[in-house]
Amino acid sequence: MALLEVENLHAGYGRIEALHGISVTIEERALSALVGANGAGKTTLLRAISGLRPATRGTIRFADRDITRLQPSARVRLGIAQVPEGRQVFPGLSVEDNLAMGGYTRNFRDVAEGRERAFALFPMLKERRASAAGTLSGGQQQMLAIARALMSKPRLLLLDEPSMGLSPLLVAEVFRVIADLKASGVTIFLVEQNAQAALRIADRAYVIETGRTVLEGSGGALMADERVKSAYLGL
Amino acid sequence: MAEFLQILASGLTVGAIYALIGLGFSMIYNTSEVINFAQGEFVMIGGMVTVTLYAGGQIPLAVAALAAIGITALVGIAVERLAIEPAPQNNLTTLIIITLGVSITIRGLAEVVLGKNFYHLPAFSGDTPFDLAGAEVTPQAFWVIGSLIAVMLALAWFFNRTRLGKAMLATSQNRMAAELMGINVKMILRLSFALSALLGAIAGVLTAPITMTKYDVGVMLGLKGFCAAVIGGLGTATGALFGGLLLGVSEALAAGYISSSYKDAVAFIILLGVLFFLPEGLFGRARGERV
Repeated sequence: MALLEVENLHAGYGRIEALHGISVTIEERALSALVGANGAGKTTLLRAISGLRPATRGTIRFADRDITRLQPSARVRLGIAQVPEGRQVFPGLSVEDNLAMGGYTRNFRDVAEGRERAFALFPMLKERRASAAGTLSGGQQQMLAIARALMSKPRLLLLDEPSMGLSPLLVAEVFRVIADLKASGVTIFLVEQNAQAALRIADRAYVIETGRTVLEGSGGALMADERVKSAYLGL
Repeated sequence: MAEFLQILASGLTVGAIYALIGLGFSMIYNTSEVINFAQGEFVMIGGMVTVTLYAGGQIPLAVAALAAIGITALVGIAVERLAIEPAPQNNLTTLIIITLGVSITIRGLAEVVLGKNFYHLPAFSGDTPFDLAGAEVTPQAFWVIGSLIAVMLALAWFFNRTRLGKAMLATSQNRMAAELMGINVKMILRLSFALSALLGAIAGVLTAPITMTKYDVGVMLGLKGFCAAVIGGLGTATGALFGGLLLGVSEALAAGYISSSYKDAVAFIILLGVLFFLPEGLFGRARGERV
C-alpha cells in the first residue's frame, strides 16, 4: 500500500521553481531512494513533503489524506519526520533536550520511552546525554539527528544526505542503522548523493534531474541501468 | 562614602530598569533576529495604562499594574501578528524599520487616547527611605531590584525546565529544525513578543513612581535598554543584566560627579566604546546562555 503519494509537485523558492512536476510513490515499510546531482531538487522535495516549502501546484497525499496545505507541525503529528541535510541539531541544547524536542508532539511518557529506545539504539548518546549537542563529533551529531527524528514515532522517515561529510567508517555505520530501521518496519525515503550505497539497500529508487523525475525502478534495476552507471555510479 | 553609596543605589535601580528592557530586546532578537524598536513603547504602555486604570485610587494599584502588564503582553502579540508576520520574512532591515513604524504609531495612539501630560504613580510601599550605611534608599528601589531578580529566576526556570522554554531556545538556535520537530514556530514568535512586552511593561510600571511617565518616555528608555542589551551582548540574558546595571551605575556616576547634563551621553559613549573594542558585547561569546 502506498503511504506517500506525491503527484505532479511544483515547488520552489520565491519566484524560482525548483521542482517542475515530480511524482513519487512510497510504499509502506519499503525503503525508497532518491538519487540526483546537486541542485536537482532533492532537498526541495523533502522540504515540500515536510511542509517547509509550499507546493505551488500538485498534491501530496499521506496515508490517504491530502496534506498539501498542512502546517509542518501537523505533518509531524500525522507521522512524517525528517533528518535534514547537515544534521541541524540544536547546538546549545543537551543531547537529552535535543531528543525531547524530537518528541515535542508527543506526551511525556512517550518521550521517556523514546529516549530509552534512542539510548539502546545509540549507546553513545546515553554517555553524552548531558553534553551540548554542538560539542559532539559530526558522526555523533548524525546519530543524534536520526534518533531525534525517531522520537516522534514516525510512520515515514525522510533522510536527507545522512552520509554527507562523514568518514567511510561512519558512512557504513549510518547505512547499517538505516537497514536496521527498515527491518524494524519504518518506511524510509532516503535522499543520497552516495548513489551506490543508496541503490544497494533501496527497494525502489527515483532519479531526478533539474526538478523532474527521469528514471524510476527497483534499486537493483537502476544499479544495472547504463545511464545511472555512467552519470551517478562513476562506472 | 555615603555619597558614593547613594549614587550606586540609584544607579543600580535605574540599571535594573534598563536590564529589564534589554532582556526584551534580546528575547525578540533571539527568536526572530529582529531588533524591535517598539520595545520602549511596551515600557510606556505598561506605565501609562497602569496610571489610567488606577485613576488616582479607583482600583488597587496592584490590580491596575497586573492588568496593564497583561494588556501590554496582548499588544506585543498584536504587533507580531499584525505588523511582523504579514511582512516578507526574508528582509531583516524591512522588519526592523517596521518596528520603528509600530513604535511611532503606538506613541501617537497613546498621545491621543491616554493624554500628553506627565503622570505619576505612588510608590508601591511608601516613600520613607531606608538608611543603608548613610545612603538613603527608597522602598521603590528594592521593588525594582527585587523584581529584576524575580524575573531572572523565572526566565531561568522557563528556559531550563519547561518544554515550551526549550522549544523557544530550539527555535532561536535553528528555526528550520524546530519546524521539523513539530514546533509551531509562529506561535513561538508570538510568545517571544508577548514575553518581551511583558518585561517592558514590568519595567514601565516599576519606574513610573520614580521618574513619572508620559506618552513618549519609551523613546529614551527603549534606547537605553537597547544600549544595555548591545553592551552586554545582544541575545544573552547575562549580557542584558550586566549591560543594564553597568549602564545605570555609569550614568549615575557621571551625573553625580561630573554633571547631570552628561547623563544620557554616557550610555552612547559606552555603547560606542564597546562596539569599537568588543563588537560582540561583554558576554557575546558566551553562547549557550542565550535567552
